[in-house]
Amino acid sequence: MNALPHKVGAEAIAEKGWLAATKWLILRRASQIGILATFLVGPWLDLWIVKGNLNYSYTLGVLPLTDPYLLVQMLVAGQSPEQLAWIGVAIVVAFYLVVGGRGFCSWVCPVNLLTDAAHWLRTKIGIKGSAHLSRTTRYWMLGMTLVVAALSGTIAWEMLNPVSMLHRGLLYGIGFAWAVLLAVFLFDLFVMRHGFCGHLCPVGAFYSLIGRFSVMRVVLPARAACNDCMDCFAVCPEPQVIRPALRSIDGAAPIIMDANCTNCGRCIDVCSKDVFTFGARFTVPAPTSSPVSGSVQAAPK
Amino acid sequence: MNSETKSTETKPRGSARRQFLADTARMACGVGLLGLGVGLYARNATALPPAALRPPGALPESEFSAACIRCGMCVRDCPFDMLMLAKPEDPMATGTPYFVARQAPCEMCEHIPCVKACPTSALDHALTDITKAKMGLAVLVDHETCLNFLGLRCDICYRVCPLLDKAITLDPQTNTRTGVHTLFIPVVHSDACTGCGLCEKACPTEIAAIKVFPLYMAKGALSAHYRLGWVEKEKAGGSLVAPDGEHQYHMPEGLKYEYGKGLSVVPPGAAAPGAVPPAPTFKALQGDKL
Amino acid sequence: MTQVTMTRRDFIKTNAIAAAATTAGMTVPGLALAQARGGDGVRWDKGVCRYCGTGCGVLVGTKEGKIVATQGDPDCPVNSGLNCVKGYFLAKIQYGQDRLTKPLLRMKDGKFDKNGEFAPISWDQAFDIMAEKVKATMKNPDQGPFGVSMFGSGQWTIWEGYAANKLMKAGFRSNSLDPNARHCMASAVFAFIRTFGADEPMGVYDDIEHADAFALWGANMAEMHPILWSRITNRRLTAKHVKIHVLSTFGHRSCELADNEMIFTPQSDLAIANYICNYIIQNNAVNKEFVAKNVTFHKGVTDIGYGLRPNHPLEQAAGNNGYPGPDGKPKGNPNTFSATTYDEFAKFVSEYTLDKAHQISGVPKEKLEALAKIYADPKTKVMSTWTMGMNQHTRGTWINNMLYNIHLLVGKISEPGNSPFSLTGQPSACGTAREVGTFAHRLPADMLIANPQHRAAAEKIWKLPAGTISDRIGYHAVLQSRMLKDGKIGFYWTSTTNNMQAGPNVNEEMYPGWRNPKAFVVVSDVYPTVSAMSADLILPAAMWMEKEGAFGNAERRGQFWRQQVKAPGDCKSDLWQYMEFSKRFKTDEVWPAELLDKNPEYKGKTLYEVLYTNGQCNKFPKEEAAKVNAHAWAGYTNDETEAFGYYVQKGLFEEYRNFGAGKGKDLGEFDHYHRVRGLRWPVVNGKETLWRYREGFDPYVKTGEGVKFYGNPDGKARVFSLPYQDPPEKPDNEYNLWLCTGRVLEHWHTGSMTRRVPELYKSFPDAVIWIHPKDAEKRGIKRNDIVKVATRRGEIELRAETKGRNKMPEGLVFVPFFDEHRLVNKLILDATCPISKETDYKKNACKVWKV
Repeated sequence: MNALPHKVGAEAIAEKGWLAATKWLILRRASQIGILATFLVGPWLDLWIVKGNLNYSYTLGVLPLTDPYLLVQMLVAGQSPEQLAWIGVAIVVAFYLVVGGRGFCSWVCPVNLLTDAAHWLRTKIGIKGSAHLSRTTRYWMLGMTLVVAALSGTIAWEMLNPVSMLHRGLLYGIGFAWAVLLAVFLFDLFVMRHGFCGHLCPVGAFYSLIGRFSVMRVVLPARAACNDCMDCFAVCPEPQVIRPALRSIDGAAPIIMDANCTNCGRCIDVCSKDVFTFGARFTVPAPTSSPVSGSVQAAPK
Repeated sequence: MNSETKSTETKPRGSARRQFLADTARMACGVGLLGLGVGLYARNATALPPAALRPPGALPESEFSAACIRCGMCVRDCPFDMLMLAKPEDPMATGTPYFVARQAPCEMCEHIPCVKACPTSALDHALTDITKAKMGLAVLVDHETCLNFLGLRCDICYRVCPLLDKAITLDPQTNTRTGVHTLFIPVVHSDACTGCGLCEKACPTEIAAIKVFPLYMAKGALSAHYRLGWVEKEKAGGSLVAPDGEHQYHMPEGLKYEYGKGLSVVPPGAAAPGAVPPAPTFKALQGDKL
Repeated sequence: MTQVTMTRRDFIKTNAIAAAATTAGMTVPGLALAQARGGDGVRWDKGVCRYCGTGCGVLVGTKEGKIVATQGDPDCPVNSGLNCVKGYFLAKIQYGQDRLTKPLLRMKDGKFDKNGEFAPISWDQAFDIMAEKVKATMKNPDQGPFGVSMFGSGQWTIWEGYAANKLMKAGFRSNSLDPNARHCMASAVFAFIRTFGADEPMGVYDDIEHADAFALWGANMAEMHPILWSRITNRRLTAKHVKIHVLSTFGHRSCELADNEMIFTPQSDLAIANYICNYIIQNNAVNKEFVAKNVTFHKGVTDIGYGLRPNHPLEQAAGNNGYPGPDGKPKGNPNTFSATTYDEFAKFVSEYTLDKAHQISGVPKEKLEALAKIYADPKTKVMSTWTMGMNQHTRGTWINNMLYNIHLLVGKISEPGNSPFSLTGQPSACGTAREVGTFAHRLPADMLIANPQHRAAAEKIWKLPAGTISDRIGYHAVLQSRMLKDGKIGFYWTSTTNNMQAGPNVNEEMYPGWRNPKAFVVVSDVYPTVSAMSADLILPAAMWMEKEGAFGNAERRGQFWRQQVKAPGDCKSDLWQYMEFSKRFKTDEVWPAELLDKNPEYKGKTLYEVLYTNGQCNKFPKEEAAKVNAHAWAGYTNDETEAFGYYVQKGLFEEYRNFGAGKGKDLGEFDHYHRVRGLRWPVVNGKETLWRYREGFDPYVKTGEGVKFYGNPDGKARVFSLPYQDPPEKPDNEYNLWLCTGRVLEHWHTGSMTRRVPELYKSFPDAVIWIHPKDAEKRGIKRNDIVKVATRRGEIELRAETKGRNKMPEGLVFVPFFDEHRLVNKLILDATCPISKETDYKKNACKVWKV
């Protein structure tokens, strides 16, 4: 790619200012930390806004929220929940159908903080190599967890699931879960770029299934303005999702339809040309075909 | 050449497919192995260790680990804060709730908030009477160190029991060593014991002499081929077979022998009214009293 | 079995050291025994349990200056090697982490300040300020000698109580010395004196094995006398005809064994007792021969008030409470009575029919009748037992008298199995509080302050000038609190007790008194109890095996032990404290000039010289300690003997023994007690007495006399006509429940020892309120809910218990008082039996609601 030393996002900061070029990252961190904090003020300050954890929680005694992936595991393991948990799962599914399934990964999941940190460190100390593993492994993982749940009659994945381990650990005592989380961190740092969240995590895989149908999308109304700085690819945890929409592969509309887009909005931040923005899947900007395709074609190799 | 060209043309394609197939197989195997590991780990963790007890209303262990979504709501709603969620190193399913009786037992709240808080059937919502809970079963494991077995007056387990005189009773027996004192032997009754663990917590000896174990460890069972006669009789409200006719015996004067009761003296009052009861003389006996 | 692992070489070495030591005049304490007996280096010696009045013998094992183990003494006839679970933990009671080890004075800027913070000082400094306060109090016209006041204990060793008695009543000439036994069995004491003219039970524990029926009148022996209950249970188990009757205001563990459980409305025991007498008379069951020979009949004054402050409306209305009337003269005397006849008595109780007793008490008629029958049936030997249910009663002296009425009418007394038996709750309630006479109205051996002959006798034994002892009765426990609050007491010293937790009406009467700037409050204690923290000066005391001691249990058994270990830090025994403190006073400073003018030989002497080095208390030289105890411990000595240079305990005890000798109160010789596991007095010619007043058993009853109640001049016991009367406070619309307080097996009294044993603390950490499920439901309370309970005097917060060991009737709640974080005695009215001045902790009106 760019041979010159290039600081990712520098252009956008220069163009738009730091705040505008970091806005979605700040909001996302605020969301991740805010949600965690809302859970933590209970046990820490005896201020019970929300009880439970990401598997199931109950907010202010009115709002139940249930993790649909866990519910499915439970169902295949042969058990069914009580009414509140059904309501909770309906709310959660409806919510992510609106905001994008893997929005969970980037806006809620505490492991994202960990893997983002690993990624940051990986970039910082310049670790180049990365093991190769298909990004579809996560679906195999998802399938495997459901098969094991069905065969063992237990929600088996919960015994290893780093997502609930971290969240539950912070709220109820972490024990040796730190070892699992350290393993995830080191895996992402040394073994594989975006290793866990991007390749393995069945939770994310499950949310991506919801994401197939979700409304909110990253849209590229101004994809013609792309100057091929490649910053969006550099920051995207699932860079394969950008290409079809940006490059109009097979005539794709300027909208990221891939279910694995986490709606993190980092591409919006780092694009100095404001190619990206949040929109809805139904409000597709009319494909401004020729100039864009021309520009793509004209783009240097 | 042609074929060579062909082969050189197809080689990348074929090798890519082979590569893809190999990658997929490797991945599937890897995931499969991981799945096997998780499955085995899960299977091992479904047997509750002896020191850990589930909250009231918990389904049988095999179903519990399927029904519990590890949310910790029961932990949060326990007013005594005695429930914990299993950590990965604990010998049971990670994230599931348990308590250790010796540290903090279940206080048996009447309104059972932990069960109410459970969003699934892991803690059975049909449990509305806490005294019907079966968290485990108390067992007086060590007769050699139980203070009451030694004749000391402890009976703390008995008094601390929320269902005392039902779940734990004291069976008084003569202390044959002193001759004048009583051994108050604590007896646990499995029909009433909820396994709350208050007895184990309160047991004052260095290591508890009474312990609560999960039911599968603590409870024995009689074989189906034998029934307890006196229990069956009581259940049936009478003998299971046709009653006996009247028994009669050869008896010296002044004595009587009753079926099931044995030999006794006819009380003076039993003589015909008005007649002066003769002082019983036991001609049939060597001594002067029974 | 202990294995003797000592080799022959060790043995020779040990003996060589001992021999060398003896030759050199040195002492190597416990050397020989330690190695000969244990093998593991633990030295065992006999002792007595520190807690209740049962007096279980224990063996105490020490190693390297610390108690490392105890065991029930298998050879002590009281307990045959058994203990309750509190006794199981005796080894731990001395070693709580917050043991007080230095005198602590409230100070600000290096000086005493009532509102200052506790800071460590030396014993010298402590005694300096104490002496200053005592002298100031005596000079204060508002306070005077009686303003120097002491609150002692039924947990004092005999010589500690005796030394305190001398210091107060002879040294400071203040009779304001009272023991905590006032809260515990003063009613029993007064009733014993009123009925028999002599204190303490006639029977012994062996009665248990001879009785055919037991009646518990307000005693939960299953929890409070666990070892005795174990004996009663065995009697019930092994003799099928034996029946147990339990009277109580709520169901408790003793009811489990009861053949006849009677839950009565509080206070109605008075009516039940009279009904039983009536039943006995109506059914011609009176033992006429016994009554004619041994009983006289009397009518007690009524309208005696409730021991409240004189300005209380109930006291204003009372005609015989002894308080000053409008004319300034005392309104009668609640403790007076006049002779009547059997017929008059029969007529008096005739109104207490079965119907009436049932109506007042709420007990089913057949149950009352069943109880009456065991007393009436001449073939049934009955043992009646009681503790706080009868003693802590605004008519406590009466109900004690009335129970004796029953036993006397049928002659069921003073013989094996027929025994009205007043139990005690403290290890030396009998031995120290009663026999030593540390009450405000008493002198040793049942003698009275009010009796000039008794005072003279005491002065003679104490080798003090006539008139030394004041003729005025001192302030009793409850009055001490009132006098502190009213500024009449300037110096207050409590020991071995925790009155701020155990005394009544803490909020209104006690705490304001202790914190009154006119008073200086000293607490000698081993742990920072509620009382210690409420004091101005805390003195660190030695406890239990850290001193040589003697207790007297409920069956008149005196038991001695040797000092086993040293007290930690600057801790000193109470005995040392009293004797050492007495050195701070010259007779000229504390005795009136006229007394000294008449007896100039006492001038210029210290109280220490006058009281303790009188040729009697210091009669036995230091070496005597080793000699007396040589059979058990080579070269034994103790801290007081070392400090004062003579065998203090022996000197004091031998002087004390003179009081009871020849009066039916004979104690054994000091040395004898150290060799045996207790002696039951009267000990005459070295022989114990089992059943008192009975020919053959009691050396004071001559051949042919049969039974003689020689405590009274006519040799007869008194039966009293006494009515049922209402308590001072009953539930009403607002305060709609009866509140009863009491104890639990796991903790002893205020828990200052047992709550520091982790295992006991854990077994019953916090006090709860037992309430009937329906009463709870009515108030929206569920089991384990946090509730408030309030009386007109205060409120506390605790968890509700609807299950468990105690089964409440509707309308009554029960709260134990062991928990210093839930001071239930804040709620208790300081109403007392007007005769015994013992508070009624069992009958207050309260309300309960969910927090």
